[in-house]
Amino acid sequence: MTGLEVRIAQDGPIPLDAAFSCGPGETLALVGPSGSGKSTILRSIAGTYQPASGRIVAGGDIWFDAAAGVAVKPHLRRAGLVFQDYALFPHMTAVGNLTVSMGHVPKARRREMAARLLDMVHLTDLENRYPDELSGGQQQRVAVARALAREPDVLLLDEPFSAVDRATRQRLYREISELRQSLEIPVVLVTHDMDEAVMLADRMAVLHRGAVLQTGAPEELTNRPATPQIARLVGLGNVFEGRIEGHDAAAGHTVLSWRGQMLEVALRRDLVVGTVVDWVVPEGFVVLHRRGRPSLGERENPVRGVITSLLFQGQTAQVVMTPEVDPERQFRFSLPAHSARRNGLAQGEEVTVSLIAGGVHVMG
Amino acid sequence: MDWTALWLSFRLAGLTVLVLVPLAVLAGRWLAFGSFRGRGVVEALVALPLVLPPTVFGYYLLVAFGAASPLGQVWDAVFGRSLVFTFEGLLIASLLFNIPFAVQPIQRAFEAIPHNLREAAPLSGLSPWQSFLRVELPLAWPGVLTAAVLAFAHTLGEFGIVLMVGGAIPGETRTVAISIYDSVQAFDDGAAARMAALLLAISLIAIALVFSLSRRAGRRFGGRS
Repeated sequence: MTGLEVRIAQDGPIPLDAAFSCGPGETLALVGPSGSGKSTILRSIAGTYQPASGRIVAGGDIWFDAAAGVAVKPHLRRAGLVFQDYALFPHMTAVGNLTVSMGHVPKARRREMAARLLDMVHLTDLENRYPDELSGGQQQRVAVARALAREPDVLLLDEPFSAVDRATRQRLYREISELRQSLEIPVVLVTHDMDEAVMLADRMAVLHRGAVLQTGAPEELTNRPATPQIARLVGLGNVFEGRIEGHDAAAGHTVLSWRGQMLEVALRRDLVVGTVVDWVVPEGFVVLHRRGRPSLGERENPVRGVITSLLFQGQTAQVVMTPEVDPERQFRFSLPAHSARRNGLAQGEEVTVSLIAGGVHVMG
Repeated sequence: MDWTALWLSFRLAGLTVLVLVPLAVLAGRWLAFGSFRGRGVVEALVALPLVLPPTVFGYYLLVAFGAASPLGQVWDAVFGRSLVFTFEGLLIASLLFNIPFAVQPIQRAFEAIPHNLREAAPLSGLSPWQSFLRVELPLAWPGVLTAAVLAFAHTLGEFGIVLMVGGAIPGETRTVAISIYDSVQAFDDGAAARMAALLLAISLIAIALVFSLSRRAGRRFGGRS
């Protein structure tokens, strides 16, 4: 079993410039805002969209090669696609939706194989229901089973969790991540939800206007984005400018000036002193100082500011503060809701946070 | 009751449906999914019989079918029969004036198929022909049945065009609608009343069928969210 190799490009009508691979058993998430070309890339793999140039190889077969004039018809590519709104055939039962996708299987074996797939997605008792008699989550499971019924060389998931409620989504996340461990094919997941990508994917590719900007492990992209643009696309808000002031190899850090305030960050000897850089700190590396009870470790990159907004989202509090050193900008962090209450956080209150040196990422 | 006229009407309506509906499936699908210039013109031509006065339509058909016309001459040369005032001519006229009743419901039914379902078919490994037979046609089926019912009922009731092209030759071109008119003219009120009641019943059944078919289609597509 071999993986998926994709390289596609075109200037218009939808600009595309993407090259990535996905190995057997690997899950690659294509993330980006709506209109970033994620779905078009998925359809190029499936064959219902044909880009102007490029090459797509899956399971050792060439599906598309513009230079050689090869474009295998979609029904002859072994690609399973789960649609955003599932696109189940409304005139067929759950089991009918599966068996119709088994043209490659001898007729006598189809029922048995369908039963096995429905069992795998926990839908055994509902096989004779029509799609309009199934809940959103059940429809999604039928859609996944239908995509697998083709015994695909590639499984493509197009925002498969966006049409269900939150509770169902959490359950489906668990099921999909169990399921993908038993799959030995490449899985490509398209999503605009960063948390979803981090949770489900082995690797992520960040897309903007059809172009892949950076590919890497989820923690790599969400902690160490290559550019401020990627930082914003992966949902990091704390992007600021700074100037390299010096390196302290012995202590293992580089000193960065943020409008005069010195910050210690992970050592980056490749950056020449005096260089102006962009830096970012993910929210997970921002620690609130306990008010009125200063403790050790709080000398680490302290940043003072005034809270401009405090929003409770379930068990989490989202804080926006105006940093003293850069009052034109906003600094965001989050913390457990109980911790925000205990510390008496409120709009207009002054707070101090520490930026953990190892988490401050200098771009460039 | 003019049984000959009734049988003739049923034969005419049945043949019209058999010949026209398969063609309307092709045309309706083409109008629904095809991308081509001049779609507006084609759609206007399809709808034309709806607004054209039947006598005007009939007049032009009479001219086109007549012994002086190229079509009339070719027909005469091949079949040795005239096209006007014959069953064959009436059938061709019936096929033409039923075009909007057959094509439009089928076109709407194809248009109503969500795009992602048409995309899901090849991604389930179905060839274009299998996609048509197993996904598109079943989903458009209520529209196809509606087209058949409308064309059948409309053929039974058409008067002006039939009279222009076919006249009222018993067993050849006198349909039940013409027969009702003739009965009234002959002061045979009983026969007229019986035939009128029969056509009324058929029309009611036809419209009930169309309504229940479109409701069924609505349920299937509506789904739950």
